[in-house]
This record gives sequence, structure tokens and C-alpha cells, in this order.
Amino acid sequence: MYDFEFEKPSSISDAITLLSSEEAMPLSGGQTLIPALKQRLNAPSKLVSLAGIPELRGVSVNEGGMLEIKGATTHAVIAKQASSHYPALSALASHIGDPAVRNRGTIGGSLANNDPAACYPAAVLASNGKIISNKREINSEDFFQGMFTTALDEGELITAVQFEIPTVANYQKFLQPASRFALTGVFVAKFDSGVRVAITGASENGVFRWSEAEALLSDNFSPSSLDVLTFSTDGLISDLHGTPAYRASLIKTLTKRAVIAAK
Amino acid sequence: MPKDFGIGVSQKRREDVRFLKGAGNYTDDINVVGQAFVHFLRSEVAHATINSIDTSAASNMPGVVRIFTGADFEGVGGLPCGWQVTDRNNEPMQEPPHPILAQGKVRHVGDPIAAVVADTYEQARDAVEAIKIDLDELPAVIDMADALTENAVKVHDELKSNLCYDWVLGETDNEKVQAAFDNAEHITTLELTNQRLVANPMEPRVAVGDYNQATEEHTLFTTSQNPHVIRLLMCAFVLGLPEHKVRVVAPDVGGGFGTKIFHYAEEAFCTFAAKACNRPVKWTSSRSESFVTDAQGRDHVTKIELALDSENNFTAIRTNTLANLGAYLSTFSSSVPTWLHGTLMAGNYKTPVIQVNVKAVFTTTVPVDAYRGAGRPEATFQLERVIDKVARELKLDPVALRRQNFITEFPYDTPVALTYDTGDYNGTMNKLEAAADFDGFAQRRSDTEANGKLRGLGVNCYIEACGIAPSNIVGMLGARAGLYDAATVRVNATGSISVMVGAHSHGQGHETVFPQVVAEMIGIDESQIEIVHGDSSKIPFGMGTYGSRSIAVCGSAMVRATEKVINKAKKIAAHLMEASDADIELKDGQFSVAGTDKSVAWGEVTLAAYVPHNFPLQDIEPGLEETAFYDPANFTFPAGAYACEVEIDPDTGQVSIERFCAADDFGNIVNPMIVDGQVHGGIGQGIGQALLESCSYDKDGQLLSGSYMDYAMPRADDVPFYAVDHSSQTPCTHNPLGVKGCGEAGAIGSPPAVVNAVIDALQSAGHDVDHIDMPVSPSRVWAAMQS
Repeated sequence: MYDFEFEKPSSISDAITLLSSEEAMPLSGGQTLIPALKQRLNAPSKLVSLAGIPELRGVSVNEGGMLEIKGATTHAVIAKQASSHYPALSALASHIGDPAVRNRGTIGGSLANNDPAACYPAAVLASNGKIISNKREINSEDFFQGMFTTALDEGELITAVQFEIPTVANYQKFLQPASRFALTGVFVAKFDSGVRVAITGASENGVFRWSEAEALLSDNFSPSSLDVLTFSTDGLISDLHGTPAYRASLIKTLTKRAVIAAK
Repeated sequence: MPKDFGIGVSQKRREDVRFLKGAGNYTDDINVVGQAFVHFLRSEVAHATINSIDTSAASNMPGVVRIFTGADFEGVGGLPCGWQVTDRNNEPMQEPPHPILAQGKVRHVGDPIAAVVADTYEQARDAVEAIKIDLDELPAVIDMADALTENAVKVHDELKSNLCYDWVLGETDNEKVQAAFDNAEHITTLELTNQRLVANPMEPRVAVGDYNQATEEHTLFTTSQNPHVIRLLMCAFVLGLPEHKVRVVAPDVGGGFGTKIFHYAEEAFCTFAAKACNRPVKWTSSRSESFVTDAQGRDHVTKIELALDSENNFTAIRTNTLANLGAYLSTFSSSVPTWLHGTLMAGNYKTPVIQVNVKAVFTTTVPVDAYRGAGRPEATFQLERVIDKVARELKLDPVALRRQNFITEFPYDTPVALTYDTGDYNGTMNKLEAAADFDGFAQRRSDTEANGKLRGLGVNCYIEACGIAPSNIVGMLGARAGLYDAATVRVNATGSISVMVGAHSHGQGHETVFPQVVAEMIGIDESQIEIVHGDSSKIPFGMGTYGSRSIAVCGSAMVRATEKVINKAKKIAAHLMEASDADIELKDGQFSVAGTDKSVAWGEVTLAAYVPHNFPLQDIEPGLEETAFYDPANFTFPAGAYACEVEIDPDTGQVSIERFCAADDFGNIVNPMIVDGQVHGGIGQGIGQALLESCSYDKDGQLLSGSYMDYAMPRADDVPFYAVDHSSQTPCTHNPLGVKGCGEAGAIGSPPAVVNAVIDALQSAGHDVDHIDMPVSPSRVWAAMQS
């Protein structure tokens, strides 16, 4: 990797100040960034670690009844501490990567990266979540803007993520055999107000909602409701591991399975 | 009391103590005082002419010692190919030069263009980024059929074409072969791909070159399976150095799988640069670099035809294969699709007419060479897949069809150049049927189907030629090396023994297994015996470890050397006991005089050998050290039968392996636990090929699977618990231990079992699918189910 300065502030405000310098980047787990640095694909002047900031860690239910997870909370902590509040989210976190990844990687780091095959974006979008930054709140609908692209500005930090807690939910991930990211992943969340279905891993535009499925499932939360649907292959990813037609098929299969498994 | 030492005992691997403690000594652990680091500028395009290389800015970068380009290597040789294949017209193969650093052209992504030696690795890398190269990109040559068309772009301008050779084995008369097919009752044809693989040993390659100006001696530390071979090739063909001034050391090596057999440019570079810079020079491959520099494996496109008579006897096999060599001839690349592939096309079956045709093709990709099994998996896969296909077409029991056609009398001369010395294919199949519980399959399928899934059972046989090889035979076939091995048994005065062996252990467990043999022969504790390997300055000139040859060839040399030691020790014992040599017996480490109660211990004899106060100096020399070279009389022929049961999720195409049974005949077995482990590892790699792994290039020659994000290695949860049975044993008839070798069997025998099982499952559900190319990925299975 190229040389860089390393800072480990203990408050959000110090981190923001440090990140204001030219070519500075936040480091929040580094499960994507560190390999990229080793390959010299990134050349930050300064890395600002978010691992030493107590106010960026923790899982709780806020006054509005939303599950709030601070930005630098690791997957392993979420798997453990969210389990009683939101079992489907806890299960999702417990199946990201391997133990080493789960004990380093953070939810804020993952969401800010917005890998099109990452798991959390599907959960956030299906849970009508909010991304809380040091500057503002961003609705999940507005946050994800395509592969590796988000609404975050330069130097803006995810301080927390809020999830509406559904009555039942489930995440189905079909593993890409090499990376074990989602070849396709489907998060189904059933609320009193209706059902939300978010798909990751499948689209060239990153995570998205499947509105036709949502409408049918809101009417009748049964896998057979989806029988009439065929997912279009337009805009779906084609790579070594699956064609658009295969991903379209997985979307339907996994959505049905998520409906069956939702609890 | 059960036997607790020697041959046949599952001793735990003594080397694992240091490996598991992190105390191994790998090449990257070796740091020589004053060493500099090299980083290579590698081509990012598959094919281009180099117009100019401007190193001026880079030379002035901090820490730069020296920058090398192809011009610095004009006075030395290129990397040699160790096997000359003669084509069907008796012409030698086309053999292009393989420079250390590119000369005028680059021919694959990763081809080295320049090298920076600097004080630190990062400085070398910085300076590489400052080198300016001017390239004219040329069209990539990727598809083998396209590469053989008349107007194809040539990978090597100086060659006639991209065809390295057009080779035929077996029946060369096309009309005779055609007549056999014309007379057939049934013909089955199968076209398939045996996909390219990346070997991916856990330890990437490393080289450290050192030069001593005072003694004019070179030392190369390198991740190699065969240090003497590297020394010979590098000295004699590349750098023109006297062998006695060059030491090559391959210390602990973290897996080879074939890809560490070959002599690589980086080894010659570090040796050359250490002298040129008068500093030790170290290169450590990154994983990314290994994907574009380590020789890759397989990559055959094949059409196989099988003819049967009205009684379902196999009457003829005809195969036509395009074999990808990549951009250059790696050390043994030419032999893999020919003498290691075509010769196995008879398999376990008495097919009278066989014709094998292989066209080997240059493409702008990483060179292809031996990878675990090397040619034999490619032969086994096509043969066992086409037999499976014909059994399905004719609605025959695939096991019965195989049994009907088994070779049952030995020795057996195949139509493809080999003589199988021994075997019992019904014996291994019997063991398989018992271990795999074929009778219970119907119930298991029914249980699986009740859960909404499909279940399939796949069976196949395999045979391989191991213990490579008789030097006189391989010499006739084009090998530019002998393939004997060597061992020196050095008995110390106090009775402990150091055995210097030409074989190299990089996961096989030689340090445990070889002492078991010597302990058995002498009757002393294994802890008194130590194996020395991997250092050309310590070991005799052996050819290293590949082709499952270590115990069969080097082990035999060790037996011969130990016999010499014992014979001499008996003479010493006879002298000490004032008896005749012929009356001396050795048992449990005690020499005794037959029919008397007189005896002397092993240690008394060894002490007498080195403190020869009372010694027959007039008859024999003092000391107790013997060397033997062993050149085998034939290959060995391990064989077996494998069975795989899979479940398929019909909604996603996901295949899961539920059961896997292997019945192998390895002849005699020295350490059953280690043999089990070798088979487990081989099957794991075979399952990796069958379901997961694929090295893919796009049409521009860029590697699409250049990291573990896209290259799917098998993981623990991809493989089942294996049932392995090695109790069907027909000992090798021509080596002293009766051993055959077990290192590659699993990788050879398992891919067809997996694919046969997948096809069985799909057909059970009415899908009209008779083949899916590997890797049988979920998306491919799903697509096959849609058509």
C-alpha cells in the first residue's frame, strides 16, 4: 500500500475535523478498504479510524420504537444484540463473511460502500430504514443510488442506522460460490402497513424494492401470491456466476422462501 | 499387542508439530542480511508489441538499486521445456523461446516486462509505477479453435502457426479406426470441456537469490517441489552457471499441487540479479500475482467417441482434444496432454482399438502445465463420462457395464503404450459397492424426493500411471531428463540415522512415512531416524516430488540404500561375534548368529563402524553410509472406483454432495492415515473442479477470475465426510515395497463421479440432460433444467 497517516479519534466531532483534510478517508472495519489499499487501488493521504469512538457503537430501541444501530457497530455485535429486537436482522448479520470479517466489519462501513451484493442494504431498504449522518437523516429510498454510490457527501459520516421493526421478516441469501456475497439476496419484511421486499446482488443498479411482489404479498402474505409474477431480466447482473435469467429466477424463489420462513 | 511402529501404522505426522505451532521455515521466512527486494512490472494486456521502456524517472526513485529489462537478459538462455513431443509426422514440436523478461513482445497478462530491485519492497513497487512503457496492443488469442485457423494472429511470430504439435497415440491408421466404428452396434459421442484451473497452493511462490563474491557461489531459496531439477535447468539452460557453484534450497513448502515443479523466471531472475547487484534479492508473490504467473492446469476441449458391439463390449475409442498450452511452454507442459493423458485412455477397460489425437495450442494466456493428476484427470473424465452416457442411452447398469469391460488379466498391454503390471478392478468395485451402500440408494432417493429435491448416484472408475518413471522409456518418449530418484542413508556412530532423499515433502508427510520404512527394516525406533530433504547441498541428485512418485521411486531408493547398510552392518556384526556373515540375522535392532544365543545390538555395530578398534578393516571400510539410485522398471498403476451421491435443489440448481465413497488400490500402504488424508485432499480438489473452480479469460485475455472474489475454492462445508477404503490391494510387482502412490488419485477419480451423479439426479426427474460442463455451478444446473 501507499503511505498514509493514521488517526484514531475518540469523538465524532474530532473524526469529522480530521476527515476534512484533503484525500482523507474514514476506516470503519476495512474489510473492503484494506484489501484495496494493499492492491494500491486507493491512495488516501490519511485514514481516520472510527474504531475508537464510543458514541459510534451500540444497539438500542429508540423512543419511536425503531431499532437504532450506531455506525461503527460490528456485524458480530449486531448478530448478538439485535437478536431479541429484530431476529431477521440479527440472522443476516450472523451470516456475513466469516468470524474475522464479522468482528471487524461494521454496518456503517458496509452501507457507505454500498456493494451491490452486500446484505445490509436489503435489510435497510425493506425495513424502511433511515441513515443518520453527522449532518442529517436520509431515508433509505434516497440513500442507495446505484452500485457503490450513496447520497453521502464527501466527509459525511454514518453515525447510526434506524430500522422499523416488522412483525415478521426474513432474509434469504443465495451465496455466490467464490466470494460468498449474495449472488442474490431477498429481504422480506411484513408490517401492519404492508409488506416490503428488497433485493440485493441482482441488479446493476444495486439494491431495489420489488413493488409488484410487495403489493401481492400485502394483500395475501403467502408464497403462492407470487406465482403470477415473472421477474424481468432487464438490468440484472450477468457474470461468471449467473445470468440475468438465473438471477430473475432466484429473486422469485428466494422471495417465496423468505415469505415461508418469515417470523 | 498391535504393531506400534513401522510399515502399516498410522503414525501421526511429526512435521505437523512445527507447522501447527507456526514454527515452519518457509521461503518467505528466510531473510538474508543486506537483501534487496524485486518487484516486476507485468503486462496488463494479453498481447502487445513493446516499442520502448523508459526507466529514467524510475531509476532516480528512492532506494532503487537497479532496474532490469529484457535487454539485460539477451546473453542468457530462456526457460527450457523439459519434454520434446514428436508430432504425427515425426516432426518435433514447435518450441518458442521463453525469455526471463519480455523481449519485444508480451504474450499474456502478467508477462514480466521489467524488474526493479530496491532497498524495500514498497520502493520497488513505487519505482515500477514510474516506468513508462509504450506498447502497441495486438489482438488477444484466446479461443483454441480460432487460434488454429489459417489467418489467426500468431502468439509467436517466428513460429509457423499457433499449433505446437498435432500428436497421435494408439492406432495411427485412421481407416482401421473408422472400420471399428463402422462395425459398431452402438456409438456414443460426447463433447466436453475440462476447464482451466488455478492451483492455488496456500503458500504463494517466493525466491531469494544470494551470491557470495568470495567463493563465487550462488544460493537460491525457492518454493519448489524439486530443488535439484531447478538447479540443473537454471544452470545448464538458462544462466550457464557451473552446478557445483550453485545451491538450491526448497525449505518448508506450503503445498505445490504441480505448480511448484516448474522452473520459473523469478527464480532465474533472483539468482542473476543477486550477482549483478551484489546483494541478495528477494521476491515474494502476492496472491494476485500468483493468479497471473503460476502455471495453470487442465484446459482441454475434447470430443470422445465410444463404440460398442451388440453385447455391449467396448470395441473402439476415438478422442480428439485441443489442449491449451498458454503463451509459452512451461517446464513439463508438452508432456501433460500427451504422455500423461493419451496413455491413460484405455482406463480400466479392454478396448482393442484406441486412437488419441491431441492438438496443443498457443494462446495469449498464462502457461498451462501439470496440476494434481496432470493429464490423467482429463483422460479419466472424458472416458468415464462417455461410459456413463452410453449406459444411460442403452439403459444399462453403469456398474455392470464397467465390470463387463474390465481388464482382468495382468500384465496387460494397452493399445496406448502402457503395460499394467497388476490390478483387480472387480475387487475395488466390490469394496465400493459395500462402502457406498448401493442397495440403500433407492430409499435415500425417495427420502430426498419427499423433501422436494432430486438425488443422483454417480459411479466411475479410474486408473493412473504413477511413480514416474522408467528413464529409458520416458527418454524414448521425449523427456529431456531421467526420472529415477536417490537416497543416502547415513548411520551415525550412536545408531541414529539421517536419510537424505531426493523427494521433497510439501504436505505429503515424508518426514513421518519414510522413517517408518527404515524403522521396519532395521527394527529400531522411528524417532532415531530423520529425513533430510530440499537442499541440493545436502541431498543426492534426486528428481523431486510429483506424479505420486515419492514412496514408489525415492522410497525404493531408500530401501536399496538401507539394504546396503544392513548388509555392511551384518559384516561388522559377524566380525564382532566371530561368526560368518551368512549366519547373521537382524531382528528388532539386534544382530544374532543363527542357531545361537549370541547377539549384538544395532548401536554396538554402528559404534564399531565409526570407532573401528575391533573392525575387519582388511575387508570393509569403516563408517556406515550408503547411497542408492533407483530407476523403476515400469510405472505403477493405482486404480479404484468412486461413488458420489448428490442432492439438487430444483429451484436454484444448487448441488450438494451428500455421500462420497472411494475404494482405491494403492498396493501396499505404509501409513494408512496419511493415505486417507491424501485421498481426502485429492477428492476435495476434484470436487472443487467439478462444482466450483474455473479460471476464465474474456475475449481480450483479461482474467475474469483473478481473485478469490470470483475464483471459487472449495471450503470445508462444500465437501462431505468421505468414506475411503484401501483394503483392496494388489501390490506393485516391480518395486521393493509393492507401493503404487496415492497423491493424485482423489483428484483424478472424483470429478466424473460428481458429474455422473448430477446427470443421474436430473434424468431421474425427467430432464433431458446428458452433460453439463464443469464447474457444475447452480446457474448451469438451473439452465440445463430449463431447456
